[in-house]
Amino acid sequence: MRYSVFSLIRNAFSGHTDWPAAWREPEPRAYYDTIIVGGGGHGLATAYYLAKEHGVTDLAVVEKGYLGSGNVGRNTTIIRSNYLMPANTGFYEWSLKLWEGLEQDFNFNAMVSQRGVLNLFHSDAQRDASARRGNAMRLNGVDAELLDREQVRRMVPLLDMENARFPVKGGLLQPRGGTVRHDAVAWGYARGADQRGVDLLQNCEVTGIRVQDGRVVGVETTRGFIGARRVGLACAGHSSHVAAMAGLRLPIETHVLQAFVSEGVKPVLDQVVTYGAGHFYISQSDKGGLVFGGDLDGYNSYAQRGNMPVVEEVMEMGLQLFPAFSRLRYVRQWGGVMDMSMDGSPIIDRTPIAGLYLNCGWCYGGFKATPASGWCFAWTIAKDEPHRLNAGFRLDRFATGHVIDEKGAGTTPNLH
Amino acid sequence: MRIPCPYCGERGNEEFLYLGSAVLERPAPDASAEAWVDYVHMRDNPRGPGAEFMQHVQGCRAWLIVRRDTLTHAILSVAPARAARGGGA
Repeated sequence: MRYSVFSLIRNAFSGHTDWPAAWREPEPRAYYDTIIVGGGGHGLATAYYLAKEHGVTDLAVVEKGYLGSGNVGRNTTIIRSNYLMPANTGFYEWSLKLWEGLEQDFNFNAMVSQRGVLNLFHSDAQRDASARRGNAMRLNGVDAELLDREQVRRMVPLLDMENARFPVKGGLLQPRGGTVRHDAVAWGYARGADQRGVDLLQNCEVTGIRVQDGRVVGVETTRGFIGARRVGLACAGHSSHVAAMAGLRLPIETHVLQAFVSEGVKPVLDQVVTYGAGHFYISQSDKGGLVFGGDLDGYNSYAQRGNMPVVEEVMEMGLQLFPAFSRLRYVRQWGGVMDMSMDGSPIIDRTPIAGLYLNCGWCYGGFKATPASGWCFAWTIAKDEPHRLNAGFRLDRFATGHVIDEKGAGTTPNLH
Repeated sequence: MRIPCPYCGERGNEEFLYLGSAVLERPAPDASAEAWVDYVHMRDNPRGPGAEFMQHVQGCRAWLIVRRDTLTHAILSVAPARAARGGGA
C-alpha cells in the first residue's frame, strides 16, 4: 500500500488497527540469483536499488538479527558531503542528492532535515584549512559557506565563543547537510525492496560462503544452504570475519564508537555543530534530546559497548563548546562496531572471487553514505564493474598506492 | 576495561597507548612488495581472543603484549613485550 495523507485518514477511522505489515517474512528459497549479506542500511539500500534500478528481483537479503539492528540505528544521524578528496566529494554529494529525494522515492517518512552542518574552527591555520576545503567543495558543485565569528555567534547563541584555549573564530557551514531519522532509513529501504519482490530473511546468520573453482555458489546459513550466482557483502563491523569465510583478508580493523542522547529539552540547537579543537558533534532531535558523539574508544572491539574514559572525554568536549548543557542528564548511550579501513575511506568493489562483491570500510562515516553506497554497490553487482562514483573505492588501492586518506593519518585505523 | 600491568598493577585503559596487532611479523627490508602490503595494510582483525601491543604511557612506559577478547573486553594475559619477543635488556 502507498502511504499518504489519505491512507492515514482512512486508517484513523479503524483506530489504526488495520495497517498491513510493512514487509513479508518469507521462508528462504533454495536458490536466488543474488544474495546480499547484511540487512542494515547499506545492505537494504543495495537490495532496493538492485530491484528498482537494475530489475534484479530474484534477490534475498540475509540478516543475522532483525533488520536495521546494527549501525544504521547506532549513529548520530548526520548527513553531509563536506569532503576534500576528489574520490570522496563526488560520491558523498551524490549521496546527499539521493537523501534529498529519498522520502518521495521510497514513500516513507525518514524525517530528512537539512538544518545545516557547521564545522567550527579555532585558529588562523584552521580557518585556512576550512577555506581550502570549502573552496574544494564549491569547485565540485557542493554548497559551502565560510562564516566569521559574528555570523557563528548569531547562528548558535549558546556557544561559548570566549573559551580561553580554543576561542571560536568562525565556521564552515554546509547548509544542505543535516540529520535523518536513522531507523526509518532501514525501514523505508526494506519496505521498498520487499514491494519489488526482494525476500528479507531475518534471523538468518551466514556461517559460510561456498566457493567452487574460484566462483561463489552460495552461502551456508543457520537456516540452511542458499545457492546464489552473486553474493554481495555489506556487513559493516563484521566484514573481516565474513570475508574470511571466503578466504579473503581485508585492510580492516573493527573498533567501537559510542553515541549519546540527553534528556529532552525545548529547541536550543538548530544545526549540527562540530568542534574543531576536539572530535565532537552534536544536534538536537525532534523529540528534544541532544544527540552527540566523539572519538572511537581506540582499541579493537566487537562488543557494541564502550568504556568510561571516552564517555568522560566526549562530555568534557561538549561542555567546552556548550557550558549551558552541564545541567542536562544524559539518558541513553550505545556503541556500534565500525569497520575502520587503513586509509579511512570505504571499499565498494569486486573481489578476486568471481560473483563475490564487497562493501565495507565505512569507518564512522557510513550512515550519511547509505543511499550512494547502496546505489553504487547495486551498480557494481549488476554490471560487474564499479560505477564512476565508486571507482576510487577499490580493494587493491592499498597495494597500488592509490589510498584515499582524507586526514593524512596513515595506516592507523583507530585515528581516522 | 582495566588492564593489569605486570609492573604497576591494575590500571584503567586510559593510561595505555594502543598500537594494534602483536602477531604481525615485520618483513625483511628486501622482501617483496606483496609481503610489505600485507604487513602494512592487511589485518586478521580477530573476533574473540587476540594479542595486541599496548604501552603503559602514563605509568611505567613499558611496552606490553596484552591478550584480550574483542567480543567481551576480558583481559586474558599481560606480558612485557620484550620478554615475550625473546629480546634482551
